[in-house]
Amino acid sequence: MPANAALIGGLIEACHQAIAANADHLSELDRAIGDGDHGTNMRRGFEAVYAERDRLAHLPLPKALEEIGLTLVMSIGGAAGPLYGTLLMEIGRQMAGDADFARVLERAIDAVARRGRAGAGDKTLLDVLYPVHAEVVRRAGLTGIADEAERAASLTFGMKAMRGRAGFLGERSIGHIDPGAKSCALLTAAICRFLEEQGPA
Amino acid sequence: MNSKSANVGIVIVSHSPLVAEGTADMVRQMVGDGVPLAWAGGNADGGLGTNAASILAAIERAWSDAGVAVFVDLGGAETNSEMAIEMLGQARSGRVVICNAPLVEGAVMAAAEASGGAALARVVATAEELSP
Repeated sequence: MPANAALIGGLIEACHQAIAANADHLSELDRAIGDGDHGTNMRRGFEAVYAERDRLAHLPLPKALEEIGLTLVMSIGGAAGPLYGTLLMEIGRQMAGDADFARVLERAIDAVARRGRAGAGDKTLLDVLYPVHAEVVRRAGLTGIADEAERAASLTFGMKAMRGRAGFLGERSIGHIDPGAKSCALLTAAICRFLEEQGPA
Repeated sequence: MNSKSANVGIVIVSHSPLVAEGTADMVRQMVGDGVPLAWAGGNADGGLGTNAASILAAIERAWSDAGVAVFVDLGGAETNSEMAIEMLGQARSGRVVICNAPLVEGAVMAAAEASGGAALARVVATAEELSP
């Protein structure tokens, strides 16, 4: 199998596995402050991507990421579909014209923030994406990035939700980890683990 | 199929297919077949939720060259509607507006306005007057 196909196929498998193993936990987090479907929505999304993995693995990486994003939009639903979809589609689009991953990621995260009309501290997946980006910028190792993602997700525990269904709860949203931040950390960690196993890039 | 209609189209998006369909029934009762009308509701598994694919399909069904006014309930409905509108492509996305208005009242008022041949901006403004 060509290296590119092994990379894309492996990333899809790692993400699919991370979501499948944690879907119930994500829905449980979402039941506390949302509508309780984040785990099932994410599982549906990554199953759709997984079903397409052979086709996706043979595309150039930027195109594959864009198509994975589109598949997530079409299958996750909720607010998470457009947010994760925008992230992946934008990474793919930016990557096609720029080799600097930190810059690519920054633009993609900005697009997610615009899509969700949210910012840092609003108790969303952005509270994981911004710290992850900072680690990428300072060239932290893969383990460092994964650890930071998990740490950042746990910090949403103390935040008050400003967006989405959790935003309706106001102060009562404090004291729960944000499900979107958690899924984002799980995916980040799974991607980092996979890349680490692949050896030096 | 409604692309020849001169009147603005109405799309109703709810997390609940029952709410979306019920709202569409109320609009239909009000304006008959005078405006292109479609609804989208529920996630890809048929449960509560919204998804961009079904919203995109609804916009296509209610398409009018005069434009389409979209009515949404909660957060994800709006985000997915924005995504669906982008997928229409630049040529058409500028002619679709998500209204900041209550779902049922907004859709009924907008449809009444649209059935009289009002332009998209007028239809949207009529619905949005309902929001404080």
